[in-house]
Amino acid sequence: MSSTTAKSTYLQGFRDGLPFLLVIAPFGLLFGVVGTEAGLNIAEVMGFGVLVIAGAAQFTAVQLMVEDAPTLIVLATSLAVNLRMAMYSAAMVPHLGKAGLWQRALVSYSMVDQTYALADQKFQDETAWTLPQKLRYFAGTVTPICSTWYAMTYVGAKLGSSIPPEYALDFAIPITFLALIAPALRTLPHVIAAATSVVVALLCMNVPYSLGIIIAGIAAMIAGAQAELMLKKEPKS
Amino acid sequence: MISDDVKVWLIIGVLALGTFISRFSFLGLIGDRELPEWILRHLRYTAVAVLPALIAPVVLFPPATNGEVDPARLSAAIVTLAVGVWTRNVLWAIVLGAATLYGMLYLTGGFG
Repeated sequence: MSSTTAKSTYLQGFRDGLPFLLVIAPFGLLFGVVGTEAGLNIAEVMGFGVLVIAGAAQFTAVQLMVEDAPTLIVLATSLAVNLRMAMYSAAMVPHLGKAGLWQRALVSYSMVDQTYALADQKFQDETAWTLPQKLRYFAGTVTPICSTWYAMTYVGAKLGSSIPPEYALDFAIPITFLALIAPALRTLPHVIAAATSVVVALLCMNVPYSLGIIIAGIAAMIAGAQAELMLKKEPKS
Repeated sequence: MISDDVKVWLIIGVLALGTFISRFSFLGLIGDRELPEWILRHLRYTAVAVLPALIAPVVLFPPATNGEVDPARLSAAIVTLAVGVWTRNVLWAIVLGAATLYGMLYLTGGFG
């Protein structure tokens, strides 16, 4: 499709981003509600949504702040959740590495799970696309996804202050995370990593400063990586 | 409840910067260099390694029930996980998990 104009790759990205709003909208809403219920004011909720713009890490930070974990632990745990973004960044280098510095900075800021997944797939399919076409496609996916994230976070924050505590919103974060983890359990090493994480976290519940989560996370990453290595060595049955 | 505004903004600021650095790392700073295979192998498991550890204690011993195992919350967790594994659909897992939670809270008189 070498005749595709740069403008149409933007529209193509925009269209491809639309189905993801079904996920982005409720998540943004939920973060706004949960953040407000946890005691954040609207500026702080929007600070998370706009500056951090990473749902799972935001929920992690709020959960740990509610548990009164030390600031250092809140930061280390939330940043660990976001380490996968470095993988996304590496995957985009062959496609967007030659763009201007500020363009690469903007792409980086708006690299969320959904925009990355769309761009990575499309850039592998459309090998003939030029750098401007790829940049505009990425900008196209970002437009509906990020604007909806901001807007729904705001709506959620407004709603949050009017929801009474008997609605058990303490459990919104665990349910959200379980729903995120479950589809990610696609290989045996992923299952082993998750199971290790649960067992070690329960064993470390009395470790001070919520350090048990970091210990469990490191143990689980090693378990997953080792399981992957062992399974590779065994001949396929 | 979170009450210390300075601490909150410190967390927002550092988290925003750290997250940006993760995203900018290769694209902006390191460039077109291969990541060592052993690092990639560990990075693949960051999300499934950290998130379960964060919620396992809360699921089994919810602070909302003073650490007592709660049938409503536990069954909601099991339904969410089962639906998520089965359908691979995050939204269905949340919807059916929440429905289970509220249904069970209603049945067990957990609503006030």
